[in-house]
Amino acid sequence: MTDAELKRLVLDALAGVAPELDEASLAPDKSFRDQLDIDSMDFLNYVIALHEALKIDIPETDYPRLTSIDGAVGYLGQRLKSPSAG
Amino acid sequence: MPSLGADMEAGTLVEWLKKPGDRVVRGDIIAVVETQKGAIEIEVFQTGTIETLLAATGQKIAVGAPMAFIRAEGERAPAPSAPGPAPSPVTVAPKAAAELPRVAPLVPGGGVRVSPAARRRAAELGVKVETLSGSGPGGSVTLADVEGAARAAVPSPAQAMRDVIAAAMARSNREIPHYYLGHTLDLEPALTWLAAENAKRPVPERMLYGALLIKAVARALREHPDFNGFWLDGEFRPSQRIHLGIAISLSQGGLIAPAIHDTDRLSVPEVMAALRDLVKRARKGGLRSSELSDPTITVTSLGEQGTEAVFPVIYPPQVAIVGFGMVLERPWVVAGAILPRRVIVGSLAGDHRVSDGHRGARFVTAIGRELQKPQAL
Repeated sequence: MTDAELKRLVLDALAGVAPELDEASLAPDKSFRDQLDIDSMDFLNYVIALHEALKIDIPETDYPRLTSIDGAVGYLGQRLKSPSAG
Repeated sequence: MPSLGADMEAGTLVEWLKKPGDRVVRGDIIAVVETQKGAIEIEVFQTGTIETLLAATGQKIAVGAPMAFIRAEGERAPAPSAPGPAPSPVTVAPKAAAELPRVAPLVPGGGVRVSPAARRRAAELGVKVETLSGSGPGGSVTLADVEGAARAAVPSPAQAMRDVIAAAMARSNREIPHYYLGHTLDLEPALTWLAAENAKRPVPERMLYGALLIKAVARALREHPDFNGFWLDGEFRPSQRIHLGIAISLSQGGLIAPAIHDTDRLSVPEVMAALRDLVKRARKGGLRSSELSDPTITVTSLGEQGTEAVFPVIYPPQVAIVGFGMVLERPWVVAGAILPRRVIVGSLAGDHRVSDGHRGARFVTAIGRELQKPQAL
């Protein structure tokens, strides 16, 4: 999966919990938790959407790496290449 | 029409899900009603057979007004010539039944002229015809005038919800003599237990600490019944069952606090599943009438982007509300040593007509005690 495809997937997962999401105004390198009104239930549902789309386990301790678009794309790309490494 | 909150006056029928002749069992969803809180599924309160539907789609129905006649098991149908016992109307709050919108009678000569159809529609929509200027013959008010006025008077959904919250909170501050307590609770054992538990669980089955807070409050309530129930007709009516209302903020603004039924009897994973389902339905539609009408106490948690503490306002006719601030990492003294520790400020707003600060303090500390043994929750 290319980075562009991963980015699409991450944005779609995020749009599922934040319908007001405006992709153009979202800074990809900054935490979207500061940019969108996302609570812990929304974040859990976002992680579940990523888990279901990619069929990979995501330990809770790795959640901080999923809080920006760029961070999530980098992390998920790495997990897809070597699922056991963090 | 059941009351879906202290502040609700009427609902608009969107859809009947049952028809005359259908058998219904208490708890079945029989209709969908639009309120300021969104579209709500209405559950029937009685088992029997639907005899007549009294409300039409699109009609505004006052709280307490009958929506349908249901013939109970064994109740005889009326003979055509000699009516038998009347079937029971489905009604919840009879004292509000008389509050149907009314239109002032016309004063011959001095008042406005209104067509009969326009007058009927005005009554349904709650439009005051005497305030309208008519566009019909001789300045008479027509059906179109009434419907136009009703459309112009409808606030946006966000404003409608804000109005509902304001009405309930104004009533609360007017009628309930609140007292407030706050206490910092050690959350380290609960969060440590939760992290270990979640490490064993696949992503979709992981839990949030909110589920532990909810369960801890529900368990503490068993020993502190003064905080679980309703103030009705000048007296406190404690509830045997514990239905925690959960304050859920909505993306378009505003909030709603539907109940998780029998919260104290659910395991923590069951509370988590109920919470996920409730948040989803609160935000996307599909809350049920009982979830809005019967919370016996409310819990509000500000979450990770909140402040240290919240001083919540009781939702009438309830008599208490428990609040939680955000999780804080603080220096904490444990067995004589200072350690970094994750804590949370739990707060209580209580109703002085029912309890006082002494018993409130015992309730808040009981919640803290429950959180110290998360495996037992």
